[in-house]
Amino acid sequence: MGAARFWIVSFVVSLAFLVLTRWGISNEYYFFAAYQVLQFIVLATAWNILGGYTGYTNFGTGAFFAVGAYTAVVLHKTTALPIPVMMLAGGVISGIVGFGMGYLTLRLKGVFFAIATLALAIVAQTLIVNWDYVGGSRGIYVIRPQYAPISGSYIQYLYSLMLALTWISVAIARTIERSTLGLGFNAIRDDEQAAEAAGVPTLRLKLISTTLSGALMGMSGAPLPYYVTYLDPASSFNLSYAVNSVAMPLIGGMTSWIGPVIGAVLLGTIQQLATVTISSALNLLIVGVLLIVFVVIAPNGIVGLVQSRRRARRR
Amino acid sequence: MTGAPLLEAGGVGKRFGGFVALESIDITVAAGERLGLIGPNGSGKSTLVNCLSGTLHHDSGSIVFDGRPIDGVPAYQRTRLGIARSFQLPKPFRSLSLIDNLRIPLLYTVNARHGAHLAGPAIQERCRGLLADVGLADKAYHLPRDLTQVEMRKLELARAVASAPRLLFADEAMAGLSPSEVEEILAVLFRLNDAGITIVLIEHIMRAVMSFSTRLVVLVAGQKIADGSPQEAIRNPEVERAYLGE
Ligand SMILES: Nc1ncnc2c1ncn2[C@@H]1O[C@H](COP(=O)(O)OP(=O)(O)OP(=O)(O)O)[C@@H](O)[C@H]1O
Ligand SMILES: [Mg+2]
Repeated sequence: MGAARFWIVSFVVSLAFLVLTRWGISNEYYFFAAYQVLQFIVLATAWNILGGYTGYTNFGTGAFFAVGAYTAVVLHKTTALPIPVMMLAGGVISGIVGFGMGYLTLRLKGVFFAIATLALAIVAQTLIVNWDYVGGSRGIYVIRPQYAPISGSYIQYLYSLMLALTWISVAIARTIERSTLGLGFNAIRDDEQAAEAAGVPTLRLKLISTTLSGALMGMSGAPLPYYVTYLDPASSFNLSYAVNSVAMPLIGGMTSWIGPVIGAVLLGTIQQLATVTISSALNLLIVGVLLIVFVVIAPNGIVGLVQSRRRARRR
Repeated sequence: MTGAPLLEAGGVGKRFGGFVALESIDITVAAGERLGLIGPNGSGKSTLVNCLSGTLHHDSGSIVFDGRPIDGVPAYQRTRLGIARSFQLPKPFRSLSLIDNLRIPLLYTVNARHGAHLAGPAIQERCRGLLADVGLADKAYHLPRDLTQVEMRKLELARAVASAPRLLFADEAMAGLSPSEVEEILAVLFRLNDAGITIVLIEHIMRAVMSFSTRLVVLVAGQKIADGSPQEAIRNPEVERAYLGE
């Protein structure tokens, strides 16, 4: 399927999904839960552009996500912009942070890059904790507008926005995957020296990757203040965003766009179920155990498992 | 010499920490030439290739390619200018099929040049042709991990050639090959040279070097000790002592 076809087909599927859920489901909780799963699809997909396609492990997802959320807080306090515009703004600011991170770490590889991203997350969190205007360490209450700008409840509105962002993120990832840009990313992941020798401008491509990945993460964070209505650094910078955005592509498969989607739906749903039935305290434990299981039995994720089955059958 | 210098390097030096890997190397390569670069293990041949192709930055000296200084030019731009190299230890793109391995230099080098823009089918055809040239046509959709060491070297050479270079450094493309395979690769290199590509061959197999090269440069311990016709160069007593004598 060509890129244009994929955009159209995935749009139709998303729209159908939106209509069906909005029309068929009345329990508010489901939208509340689905929002989180969708948010994880965006985060996992965004992470995978840098981590899976380009081969740079980012442990700073929480920072990009929170920068998007706090951008929205600032805009909420200063203007009365609609949330989609705030999402764009969050994407721009987080994209700039991604560019900056890429620029500062251009010559770092492997473990050193990963540690630098952790450091970035800590620096960003420290800045927010000390910034009183956005609530500092105490956090801040965000009053939702009384009515959603489209029919339905406010949570349904947020859910619809996150679904739209999911569509855009997945379509971007799929487009990159089949493009010259994606092939360049893969070359960097496999061997940076060989990539340069083949004419790939590795530094520029790495910057594109960190910027794009950061921007999508920031966009998914922007509606958060309205979703939780109380935002504080401890929860918005939570380690679970970093852990999940690494674990989901790993479990789903990192070489194709569908991997992070499968991983996010699976892990996201399991965690929602666990939160309801047992306690959210177990979530990270569940993710950790699944991660270990997959690293051992299916290091290339679910997609890799299916592919090797198919290849074996063909032989 | 068969023409104006295509590459002219003067006083190129490179150290690793306190170790001097290259000490002020002067080297010119004429357009259309077939230059053999020999020397004992660890004499600095690969380091010289790395410096000239931009994989490493040289510490001192200057490099001029086609009349243009390229000292600070990054490796990918040197490739686009027309300097290609194969790596002594093959560095395939491991997650990509053979055909995608070749597609990368075509998309990022050939298509990045002025005037040239190959569309999908033309690229596909070019990749298949390049694979056929090195005898890998039937493995187009395999991953590099399915290849033997020897086939890996062939892929390495094909990927360098795919960038349609003007100057090609082949760093031990023939190590480990059987005599008949050496002949095959030599034939490929002769054909490329006939098509106008200047070639620098780094090789330990003397028979191959002697039959291929129109000129020899000999490195020993980071210094150039001989530069001239192959017959002269190997008769040089210094070369005999340092290299062929052992
Ligand atoms: N990245 C590096 N860091 C430190 N030392 C290096 C590095 N690369 C090469 N050297 C050293 O520089 C010297 C020259 O190495 P080089 O690979 O250029 O030799 P060579 O002539 O290509 O040898 P061979 O015939 O074995 O390929 C060697 O002593 C090697 O150990
Ligand atoms: Mg060498």
